[in-house]
Amino acid sequence: MLPPDRLEWVEGWGMSVGAAGYVWRPSTIDGIRQAFGAARAAGVPVVLRGAGCSYGDAALRPESVVLDLGRMNRLLAWDPAAGVIDVEPGVTIRALWRYALGDGWWPPVVTGTMEPTIGGCLAMNVHGKNNWRRGVLGEHCLELDLLLPSGELRTVDAASDRDLHLAVIGSFGQLGVITRARLRLKPVASGLLHVRAVAAPDLESMLRLTDEAKDSWEYVVGWIDAFARGRRLGRGLLHFARHLEPGEDAAASQGLRVDAQDLPDTVFGVLPKAMLWRLLRPFTNRPGMRWVNRMKYLAGSTVGDGAEYRQSLAAFSFLLDYVPHWRRIYLPGGLIQHQSMVPSGDAERVFARQLEAAQRRGMPPFLAVLKRHRPDAFLLSHAVDGFSLALDFPVVAPRRDELWALVREMAEPVVESGGRFYPAKDSALPGELYRATFRAGELDRLRQIKQRLDPEHRLRSALADRLLGDGAPA
Amino acid sequence: MVDFRHALVIGASSGIGEAVARRLAAGGARVALVARRGDRLDEIAASINGAAGEQRAFAFAHDVGETAAVPELLQRISAELGGLDLVVYAAAIQHRVAFDEFDGVKDQEMLAVNLMGAVAWLDPVAERFGRLRRGTIVGIGSVAGDRGRSANPAYNTSKAGVHTFLEAIRNRIGRHGVRVVTVKPGFVETRMTAGMAKTPWKISPDRAAEIIVRRARRGRETVYVPARWRYVMWVIRAMPSCVFKRLRV
Repeated sequence: MLPPDRLEWVEGWGMSVGAAGYVWRPSTIDGIRQAFGAARAAGVPVVLRGAGCSYGDAALRPESVVLDLGRMNRLLAWDPAAGVIDVEPGVTIRALWRYALGDGWWPPVVTGTMEPTIGGCLAMNVHGKNNWRRGVLGEHCLELDLLLPSGELRTVDAASDRDLHLAVIGSFGQLGVITRARLRLKPVASGLLHVRAVAAPDLESMLRLTDEAKDSWEYVVGWIDAFARGRRLGRGLLHFARHLEPGEDAAASQGLRVDAQDLPDTVFGVLPKAMLWRLLRPFTNRPGMRWVNRMKYLAGSTVGDGAEYRQSLAAFSFLLDYVPHWRRIYLPGGLIQHQSMVPSGDAERVFARQLEAAQRRGMPPFLAVLKRHRPDAFLLSHAVDGFSLALDFPVVAPRRDELWALVREMAEPVVESGGRFYPAKDSALPGELYRATFRAGELDRLRQIKQRLDPEHRLRSALADRLLGDGAPA
Repeated sequence: MVDFRHALVIGASSGIGEAVARRLAAGGARVALVARRGDRLDEIAASINGAAGEQRAFAFAHDVGETAAVPELLQRISAELGGLDLVVYAAAIQHRVAFDEFDGVKDQEMLAVNLMGAVAWLDPVAERFGRLRRGTIVGIGSVAGDRGRSANPAYNTSKAGVHTFLEAIRNRIGRHGVRVVTVKPGFVETRMTAGMAKTPWKISPDRAAEIIVRRARRGRETVYVPARWRYVMWVIRAMPSCVFKRLRV
């Protein structure tokens, strides 16, 4: 029997899915082994958890042992000349950049919030606003230590153990526990970025401008007014950014100081940002969000169109941290996000169908974000040579089933186009649609590796159960 | 209103418990059926699963007198269901007691099943739901527990004990978002009321279950079944003892 005092409610970041789990928070590898021992004795699975920043059910599973690795957060080794760092899995992106920036290094791939752990980011193989240029985080992992459920600790080298490296990263923590990761960071000459903002009147323009910018800018990200219809469908704002070259920033060393990157605590110098979500709450409904989206586009397409300015790395990279606790505006139901990746040639047609389907059902997404991607070699890769559209939907209890049906409707054309889905964001995708995006044999290879590394199928998650299905490595 | 997806019904082999379990499963919930009679539970589970076309009912044979087994069984049931958001304690017995009969064995049996069984199950459930800050507990009491009627002292006592226990745990964990519902049925067509002479406003178990599940979803604290008993019992509770004892009910 598992100790009842370890029972906790564990939620996804979107707060729309959660489960009761028996939480262990080890600080050492032996502590992880003890948690596996407890799970084995009770006959329950183990699910891995970092900072819980996946939107849906990636880091939870009902009535299972939850291995929260947040306390394994030590920086183990740092080579400031080469930009190579060894970290434990619980080190967050926040801790990583704050440590390395002073030496002129920045994580090559970051998420929209700095809270995720490196272990979680590798398990989900996250991408950033520079996926076209830098790929996924796994491509910058040189080596990792993998603790198997049996207790065996293996070192997986990206070059000499390539197949395992490509399978472990991005497979939702189904093959083992990453207890150490060696990452190569990216050199930066300044703590500032040069940013250009551009407005696009429709979806075709959004995609075309994104494509044109992808090779000349390090970061490209688009925001779409998901309420706009007809010929304005898919209109939005694009932000391109590049690092400053040596010599461009006269006060480069000042900008590389951590405190120069800290996001301001107030808006307009007076209003505490921690309170801002409360002010946004009255607008968290369809009429309110329609107005907010319209005003944002109006501002960006008039005074903001063509604007060029400098912005700190943190302010540009971590937009989700700009308004603390903003996701609380979606309570009590929380939110889900659906992010699909579609090959370039089909992106306009598929994304138009998705936006129209959401509007037709009376459930337009409150936030829509466009990015450019490139394929990678990871076994459970989510990226394609094309675009992704990430859509945030509020979850309202009486319409929950309809929202899940909308996700299915939006996912079907993605599968038909040869696209893929991003599991880190997912809560509602039917497993058969996810599995249909893989080529013959790819999931069988994962099953074979799972059978070898975790024959008792101790490592499972609700996400893996749902997406990989019965008989799959879950 | 809350939607129940994973429910546990203790005392699910007949009467109100069976009807509640069937209604929850028909609404899409995965339901654990707990009762002493394993064969009867298997029949009910097969019937529910056959109607649903999938496994929604899970049978667990258990005697509520075996209180030491409860914590581990509760954990096993939660794992089997994939969670737990509703627990209904419906196990109860009512021995026939003559007006001048004082049978300690009968009385203690009623207290053991109706009250001590409820305490044994609902203590770990309350601990679990309180820790998780969510969940609904439903205890089936009785209008008989509202006053010390002369007809069946121990049965009345057991149900009064259930009411007080539920109120107490509501006061402990209700503030954390846990709903605790005290159900006080009148006469329901069950084995317990079969052969009783006077059974006014008797309703079917299915009708009782409909009321109970609906009110539990709304999180009502005290539910009379059917509702008209609320007014009757308000009068009876307000009645002075010197008057009540003359009624010989």
